[in-house]
Amino acid sequence: MKDLKAPTPVSIPEETLRKAEARGVSRRDFIKFCTATTATLALPMTLVPKVAQAVEDNRVPVIWVEYQSCSGDSEAFLRSNQPTAGDIILDFISLEYSEVVMAAAGHLAEEAKHAAMKKYAGKYVLVVEGSIPTGDGGVYCTTGGISAVDSCKELVKNAAATICVGSCSSFGGIPAAAPNPTGAVSVMDLVPGAPIINLPGCPVNAQNFTATVVHFLTFGSLPATDRLGRPKFGYGKRIHDNCERRGHFDAGQYAEAFGDAAHRDGHCLYKLGCKGPETFHNCPTVRYNEGVSWPVMSGHGCIGCSEPQFWDTMTPFYRRLPKVPGFGVEASVDKIGLGLAAATAVAFGAHGVMSAVRGGDKSDKD
Amino acid sequence: MLKVTYVWEWPVRITHWVNVISIVVLSVTGYYIGDPFITVQSTDQYVMGWMRAIHFAFAYAFSLSILVRLIWAIFGNEYAKFKAFFPWASKEGWKHIVGTFCYYTFLKKELPHAVGHNALAGMAYSGVFVLFMVQVVTGFALYGQFAPGSGWDNVFGSLLVTFGAQGMRLTHHVVMWLLIGFSIHHVYSGWLMDIKEKNGTLGSIFGGYKFVEREDN
Repeated sequence: MKDLKAPTPVSIPEETLRKAEARGVSRRDFIKFCTATTATLALPMTLVPKVAQAVEDNRVPVIWVEYQSCSGDSEAFLRSNQPTAGDIILDFISLEYSEVVMAAAGHLAEEAKHAAMKKYAGKYVLVVEGSIPTGDGGVYCTTGGISAVDSCKELVKNAAATICVGSCSSFGGIPAAAPNPTGAVSVMDLVPGAPIINLPGCPVNAQNFTATVVHFLTFGSLPATDRLGRPKFGYGKRIHDNCERRGHFDAGQYAEAFGDAAHRDGHCLYKLGCKGPETFHNCPTVRYNEGVSWPVMSGHGCIGCSEPQFWDTMTPFYRRLPKVPGFGVEASVDKIGLGLAAATAVAFGAHGVMSAVRGGDKSDKD
Repeated sequence: MLKVTYVWEWPVRITHWVNVISIVVLSVTGYYIGDPFITVQSTDQYVMGWMRAIHFAFAYAFSLSILVRLIWAIFGNEYAKFKAFFPWASKEGWKHIVGTFCYYTFLKKELPHAVGHNALAGMAYSGVFVLFMVQVVTGFALYGQFAPGSGWDNVFGSLLVTFGAQGMRLTHHVVMWLLIGFSIHHVYSGWLMDIKEKNGTLGSIFGGYKFVEREDN
């Protein structure tokens, strides 16, 4: 009888590997890239040949625009090494426009963007980095005299799909933090109903971005998303539930201060305000910088950067709970609550004394 | 002449005591989950694990108790029915509200006659029920986060988008303190009424019977 537990042998066709080699990508790197990306997408390994084929055969035109951003997502992507950006990604996508890496400048660059949009209308993938300021008619961010609002709307409407990289384009991010002086919004809020996928994170994890593009190449569609428009493969599990420090959490071992004995022993960062229990991301499994590390691994709590409005809702970063509206920064909800309970006890104690000393109650006469 | 009256039927008493135990256990374990005041040094402990397991078990007990009590507010006797919790819906009820308020604030020396809950108590309990529901909803919404797209996350998960997980967590915490404040008030006023009404208020929640003046009936 066939051993059901034995893995099904899969192999990438020799021809595909040769093509990759011809382009200067070693077959070892190519196989690593295809298997790692398939794993990130939570797809079975039997799909590796299909992924390899799609990566090799399709060249999707990509327009990468930046609005209110710090280029951190571009940086994260360009500096990624695992899927060697220069060797593989830029090879299987056709990057038509990108402020950070393109050689063209000024009107030439703008013309190239427009030409690409017209030429590949309905076929290109749009990547948006940064939030879009809608305040005061959109004057806070313009390129070539066109506001981010108008530019983004036009590009999204003509795109086959839009990938929002980073928290700013996904949820508004830091520019949209209170008091949001520029009226910054996410792409999803600017163009509701368009085929948009959000890859929040500060910055986006290059691995998740690559996997999303590969999914689009392989299946011609965007991956399944959660209720915030994030792909389930990357944001379907809570950080806390996959955290390598989870054992310390359940045991009751907590670092109380940075640098104390528990912190040096790698205990749980819960009491230092780690937001892993309210953040959905695959950081613990995929990590950053070619799987080298991620914040919690290096000893700092999660700040919930891939959740909506994280700058407003996840602060104070070193406390478990947000501050109570209307009370000072030093007042935690527990101090206020304890005060409330004490005040209640005192008030009713006083009422009791009053009730006891007061004479002439009707019930006393019965 | 006093008449022995069966006021609190057994479902009312049982749900009351399940609520008492649940609120105490949920507050202690819940406080620990929010601010782990016991820190251990050894990995063979399971303090937070047990605190959470107990918290979740009692959360189910508490929710079930609330559900039973709500059903009993339809089928129970007149002291258990919804009407007792909304005195402001009737003119007679308003008289009781004002009368009880004046007694509590030492403006009058006569307490309006009540067999079950007095008007203000009934009103307070309707408010407390709202707080209970807030705890159940925020609690299970936060609990559901461990398995997105299934179970409790399907029921309450969309609230996490509307109010934010941290907003829900803060609410869950604030309401705990409000309920602790309520408990202090509740025990005090039960005690006060036991003295003033002389009808066995405190004992009635154990046995169900109160001693009511016959002429008042």
